[in-house]
Amino acid sequence: MSAAAPARAPWFRLRQPSALPGFCPTLGFALLYLSLIVLIPLGALVLRASGLGLDGIWQVATSPRVRAALEVSFGVSLAAAAVNSVFGLLVAWVLTRYRFPARRLLDAMVDLPFALPTAVAGISLAAIWAPNGWIGGLLAPLGIKVAFTPLGIFVALVFVGLPFVVRTVQPVLADLDRETEEASASLGATRRQTVFRVVLPSLLPAILTGFALAFGRAVGEYGSVIFIAGNLPFRSEIAPLLIVIKLEEFDYQGATVIASVMLAIAFLLLLTINLIQAWSRRRFGHV
Amino acid sequence: MGAAMSTEAMETVAIRAEGLEKHFAAVPALNGVDLDVAPGELVALLGPSGSGKTTLLRIVAGLDHPTAGRVFFGDEDATALPVQARRVGFVFQSYALFRHMTVGDNVAYGLKVRPRSARPSRTDIRKRVSELLELVHLPGLEKRFPAQLSGGQRQRVALARALAVEPRVLLLDEPFGALDAKVRRDLRRWLRDLHDRTGHTTLFVTHDQDEALELADRVAILDRGRIEQIGTPDEVYDRPATAFVAGFIGEAVKVPVTVAGGRVLLGPHGLPAPDGFRDGPAALFVRPRDLVAAEDGEDVADTMPLAVAGVRRAGPARRAELSIAEHLPAVEIELPPHVSPSRGDTLAVRFSTLRLFPA
Repeated sequence: MSAAAPARAPWFRLRQPSALPGFCPTLGFALLYLSLIVLIPLGALVLRASGLGLDGIWQVATSPRVRAALEVSFGVSLAAAAVNSVFGLLVAWVLTRYRFPARRLLDAMVDLPFALPTAVAGISLAAIWAPNGWIGGLLAPLGIKVAFTPLGIFVALVFVGLPFVVRTVQPVLADLDRETEEASASLGATRRQTVFRVVLPSLLPAILTGFALAFGRAVGEYGSVIFIAGNLPFRSEIAPLLIVIKLEEFDYQGATVIASVMLAIAFLLLLTINLIQAWSRRRFGHV
Repeated sequence: MGAAMSTEAMETVAIRAEGLEKHFAAVPALNGVDLDVAPGELVALLGPSGSGKTTLLRIVAGLDHPTAGRVFFGDEDATALPVQARRVGFVFQSYALFRHMTVGDNVAYGLKVRPRSARPSRTDIRKRVSELLELVHLPGLEKRFPAQLSGGQRQRVALARALAVEPRVLLLDEPFGALDAKVRRDLRRWLRDLHDRTGHTTLFVTHDQDEALELADRVAILDRGRIEQIGTPDEVYDRPATAFVAGFIGEAVKVPVTVAGGRVLLGPHGLPAPDGFRDGPAALFVRPRDLVAAEDGEDVADTMPLAVAGVRRAGPARRAELSIAEHLPAVEIELPPHVSPSRGDTLAVRFSTLRLFPA
């Protein structure tokens, strides 16, 4: 209990002492910006929905048509993001690893789904995959219907999600050390073993990020889907469309409830993916 | 030069390169390289960057394919063997450790990827890994990740990983290139010890001549895709076979001279030329230790007077900087106690060794 007790570090610090200034202004700006762009609109949404009370929310959220739409939205989005992770990885691989004519052209084409108005994409896809379209016509004799079924939604969501996986995996793949693969080969590993034991684990964090982005985009996608989905309630009706339908019926609270439920589910799923990603980064040595 | 060695080592050669050529988009990186390495030998490939030494190492490993020529391991023609089948232990300059695996998994990798029939049991693998980590002085680090190790430790993990597959030959690309000077010296000695204990035939690439001369049984000196000379450290240091080697090994000053009538002419002065040396322009390589202050009464025809550019005291020794010719760096020699020139004097010196090559 000496009077001149050494100054102790406070038990909590908002910021670590650092020689590099700028923490406070940047944090302040980031918080303000996020509030204006994200938090306040979403808060208003949840506030509006809460006007119905918990019972009311529960009733809307569990009504059969809403549940079916949510299942379609999230189920198909997850499937599309999964497929994009695999084939986006392949595209990224081909674009970074090999030199071939028109490679840059192909590279630029990957971004098209970003730039194209989604309605245009939806109409084109519907035309191509319809039973009388170019691809749909080939599948129709086999009894496979794509356009105007959940499969059509899947096609549209794969289309809009592709660039996310390609663009997140590409730079990581380009930075990957060729010598690690050579080391693996010199230790006797087959090409397959090298890819699965050395290359893919290093890419996993990037693939997961791409998956999360593609998934997020797919859940919110509206324009391209409604043209190809057929929009049959209980079958190929997506949740965002149901929100629009509710709005057109002036059921604003119903619309905000569906929106809030979507928000909650999407947030939980993205949080989970981010946690897996953080774990894999640690696990795979990206310190 | 390599061919002369091979006649006696014919039956007992571990690695043989025959007429290796490699062209990268018409630029030759290797230009007809022959090399024999005896079993258990430690051979250094030494040369400036771009001399083709790493290309040669990668071709021996099977990581690159020669445009022409063949590679043998023992009697077996390995030219067409893929890298997986060559059973070489390759250590990369960047170590190329698997960052997402622990040290233990890195070392075990070569054993784990074997087909089931040839794969040791889990317990055997674990035992082998801990033995190898013991061997490279990193016992008990199995659970660490490469990111948690220092450069020297990573280097040794890479070596343990390469040794795990019981390679026929060990190939090291600039093994100490990325380390600081102190660690380099320690690891150099340690690698020599390790080689003496395990006896792996080893080929390593370096641009550091001290490293090559100290570590290797024989040194192959490469320049522009050719082996200029191959021999023991003493041979290449004391008896350089070509002008390139004379200039590259040791700290030599290259002096352009003319040979005429059995004399090496440098400005107004001259020295006796070696017997049978052809007349014409030549290059004289002067190392500090080649110059000795002439004794009194020595034949003036055998010595050369050089201008003293400075005299310095370094502890017990006195050194003189001698200027051989204008525009050339001065050569520093140690002075005998009874000779004490001052700046601006001339000092008669004798060449204990005359390294003279046709220009």
